[in-house]
Amino acid sequence: MNYLSRFYYQYRRVIKALQLYLLIAGPGLIVMIADNDAGGITTYAATGAKYGYALIWFLVLLGPVAYYVQEMTVRLGAVTKHGHAEAIFAAFGSFWGWFSLLDLSLVNWLTLITEFIGMTAALSIFNIPPVITVLIVIGIMMFMVVQGRYWTWEKLAMFFCLLNLVYIPAAFMVHPSVGSILQQGIIPNFPGGLTATLIFFLMANIGTTIAPWMIFFQQSAVVDKGMGKKDIPWGKLDTVLGAIFTVVVAIFIVIVTGTVLYGMEISSAAQASTAMMGTYPLVGTLLAIGLFDAGLLGAICISLASSWAFGEVFGWAHSLNKRIREAPWFYAYYFFAIITAGLVVLIPNAPLVLITLFVQVIAVTLLPAALVFLILLLNNEEIMGEYRNTTVQNVVSIAIVIGIIALSTLYAFSVLFPELFA
Amino acid sequence: MEKTDLTGKSESPEARSDSFLSKQFSKFTEINKKYAKPQITMTPMVRVALLGLRIYLIVLVLVLVYKFFTLIRT
Repeated sequence: MNYLSRFYYQYRRVIKALQLYLLIAGPGLIVMIADNDAGGITTYAATGAKYGYALIWFLVLLGPVAYYVQEMTVRLGAVTKHGHAEAIFAAFGSFWGWFSLLDLSLVNWLTLITEFIGMTAALSIFNIPPVITVLIVIGIMMFMVVQGRYWTWEKLAMFFCLLNLVYIPAAFMVHPSVGSILQQGIIPNFPGGLTATLIFFLMANIGTTIAPWMIFFQQSAVVDKGMGKKDIPWGKLDTVLGAIFTVVVAIFIVIVTGTVLYGMEISSAAQASTAMMGTYPLVGTLLAIGLFDAGLLGAICISLASSWAFGEVFGWAHSLNKRIREAPWFYAYYFFAIITAGLVVLIPNAPLVLITLFVQVIAVTLLPAALVFLILLLNNEEIMGEYRNTTVQNVVSIAIVIGIIALSTLYAFSVLFPELFA
Repeated sequence: MEKTDLTGKSESPEARSDSFLSKQFSKFTEINKKYAKPQITMTPMVRVALLGLRIYLIVLVLVLVYKFFTLIRT
């Protein structure tokens, strides 16, 4: 009897903890899974096709990297109740504030275009014309926010996050050799030596792991959701689970393309999907659905990151808990960004490849600043109090930030001056 | 919810802003005034980090300008 009552007590504790987590869950999961956006999917697909399973170990390492950076935004948002843009303005003054805000809006808008490129390419595999795709996307994004409830938006976003898992069944369908995956993928190695091409791929994978919009998005989402100091442990758990999901999805994409398309030069996820259609039509279809979903999830989060940032700084009502008439400027910016980015993709002969390359370069102007501000804010006792970074957290996060800045800068240089890395 | 600064202190009502098109241009001045003085304590670590960022960005911009002109020339 005593055993039964103890078991029941433990059971109730677990259920209550789970219920509490489900209430808090959202920003961490969404930002991490949205990190696997159209550009990310392309990078992973190309990595698998080029190097097979050999770089899986590297993807595993990127999970903790993403977690350490994003976890800081949870604490900063929960303690200050300010988004990252507003926090930069307040802490570092208007020069750095304007620089961050304007750079963020430019980078996000260009990234939005790349999401639309991915989505239109994905649906064109099903013979859906780009104009219809753009209309579908705008319709979905309008539907998500028109309710005027953060909760509704978040749950719909989490549904799209679940759809991102289509790569897992896709990987099982191509019957990869588990032995080969373990043998080639788990032990750190540099296939073919540390060549310029391999370094380029490693840098591209790091570049997709941490993007400037992720920092701004998660901090604003934490504030909009109303998370406080007591919710920080749950926010961290949410971010850990998100980091695990994002790495798992990335690994399964590498497994799919590493199994079927090994040795092929892949320049886009849509190309990988089309190539797959010949031998595994269902897998090709799943890849295309996954690519569309990844682009949509990225677009949802990126456009919101910009709207939140502008709302915070300009003092507009800027919450998903407000209806369109209550927060007109917040939603106006949101729709302006989506519609204009969608229209760019529809322009005949638009320099889309150039835009895709340009995003990677411009992102490097903002990422170091956003990361450095994050560390400085997290070390300020007056702002963070007992939630400031510990010595261990500082050592880890500063090492990660220096690594990310160095590699993303190198990546931008390799895009600007490919001849230097030939 | 009451609007507070980063340290949790209440913001003055003057610091709050409205959201109408006619006021958007004066908003820039208002925002500059509101955030004129950085709240963060300028410790040596902060100064070095901000100086490093400025140098990094200047170099990056120079590289971008160089690339732009070499592209135009070709």
